[in-house]
Amino acid sequence: MIETMSLGRDFKVRGAVVAAVHDLTFRVEAGEFVGCLGPNGAGKSTTIKMLTGILTPTRGRASVAGLDPARQRKTLARRIGVVFGQRTTLWWDLPLRDSFELVRLLYKVDRSRFTARLAELTEVLDLGPFLRTPVRQLSLGQRMRGDITAALLHDPEVLVLDEPTIGLDVVAKAEVRSFLARLNADRGTTVLLTTHDLGDVERLCRRVLLIDHGRLAFDGSVPELRALVPGQESIEDVVAHLYLSSTPAAPRTPRRTPDADPPTVTA
Amino acid sequence: MGDYLLLAWTWARASAQYRTSFVVSIVSSFAINALDVIAIGIVFTHVTTLGGFSLREVMFLYGTGGVSFALADLLFGNIERLSQHIRAGTFDTMLIRPVSPFVQMAADGFGAHRIGRLAQAAIVLGLALPVVPWSRAWMVPVMILCGIVIFTAVFTLGAALQFVLVDAPELANAFTYGGVTLTQYPLSVYGEQLVRGVTYIVPLAFVNWQPALYVLGRPDPLGLPGWLRFAAPLAALLLAGAAALAWRAGLRRYRSTGS
Repeated sequence: MIETMSLGRDFKVRGAVVAAVHDLTFRVEAGEFVGCLGPNGAGKSTTIKMLTGILTPTRGRASVAGLDPARQRKTLARRIGVVFGQRTTLWWDLPLRDSFELVRLLYKVDRSRFTARLAELTEVLDLGPFLRTPVRQLSLGQRMRGDITAALLHDPEVLVLDEPTIGLDVVAKAEVRSFLARLNADRGTTVLLTTHDLGDVERLCRRVLLIDHGRLAFDGSVPELRALVPGQESIEDVVAHLYLSSTPAAPRTPRRTPDADPPTVTA
Repeated sequence: MGDYLLLAWTWARASAQYRTSFVVSIVSSFAINALDVIAIGIVFTHVTTLGGFSLREVMFLYGTGGVSFALADLLFGNIERLSQHIRAGTFDTMLIRPVSPFVQMAADGFGAHRIGRLAQAAIVLGLALPVVPWSRAWMVPVMILCGIVIFTAVFTLGAALQFVLVDAPELANAFTYGGVTLTQYPLSVYGEQLVRGVTYIVPLAFVNWQPALYVLGRPDPLGLPGWLRFAAPLAALLLAGAAALAWRAGLRRYRSTGS
């Protein structure tokens, strides 16, 4: 469903060329729930932006739902949903319901399918009380539920979320998490999310990709991640240990099947 | 097209939420632009011609250039706010929708307040129309259309530059807002090098000057070839093509924000 091959992106910073992402190769199968971890500036967002067509890769290639994101961005947009935790895709001054209507028109979603899907999402995410409220008056938790709904109205095969739980309170976080888990289990939607919240990872992700210095430093399950640093109780400590001890990693071979292989570690 | 209208309507509705600011901005943009016309009027209280053109003829140039610019600005001018959207990260959210980011940018924050400028330019053009002979009136809509295309292309080139130089929207403004001021007077009042520059390099002379020489039945004060006065559609197409290429190249170089 998602595949990258030696994917890389450089940025020019004050004359010097810096590789934000280096030679990234991984593969996510349909129906997986994958979390992308890594310290600030590791290249997570750059990777997500290349997968969604926002950034054009400098090297290598990516394929999402069988499409080349940079070249087929608009076609891809109809097949994936994207949520940015740090910014909204909703129309600030309009009632939430109007933003959804606009999504329907822009994505050319059939009216009856839209109505059914919105009714379903309204119930599951409890949007009813604020559907008529202008987006600027929503709380962060309400807005995030609205953003997730907007990303799912066209029924995408893949949902990509960049820090979806950032800034949310405990209750709102729990709601978002249980919704994403259900979406993945019931509809089989492939989910890829980046986060700094290890609760997201422990509760949701069957597979973790650790990106560091623009390279894939770990690819495996949460128990496998824990096993990397023996003697640490909490997953926070495990990850902190990995971040602190990280050095630019050597290129690694891609991992093919998500569950059969042992974890590969270069960090 | 449909997407543009849809987004523009949405933004117009959103901006109508702030009604007072909406009315104030229409009135103030009308008033600011009206001062321009008063300035021309004052010049003509001292002289009878400007660069060899009468008041009505200058108003014709002012009106055609102004209407073209006001329409380009109303429909697409928002594209020049690209660097703000890049810095705020909102341009990313346009790239995840199945609609051209150019259309989304152009329609973004569509404000009917820009109608103030259009109304003012249209009134000036209306007052100047008696100088247009019937047999040459067909050129007026053609030149306005070409002017819209040329100004839109200049807006787009300026925006494309902002993909690379996020901090330099001012440079583009020199060509857009500077360009409209330039076209509001007969080019014969400017130096010859400037006129050649806006004829052959940045083709602002085709917004109204060259076609107006035909409409008003004037010889070219610089003696440039006569066919140039019919070349506005060609100039508009060439510039639009260059702008489209620049926009695509810019989009490939887009670097988003850090998060």
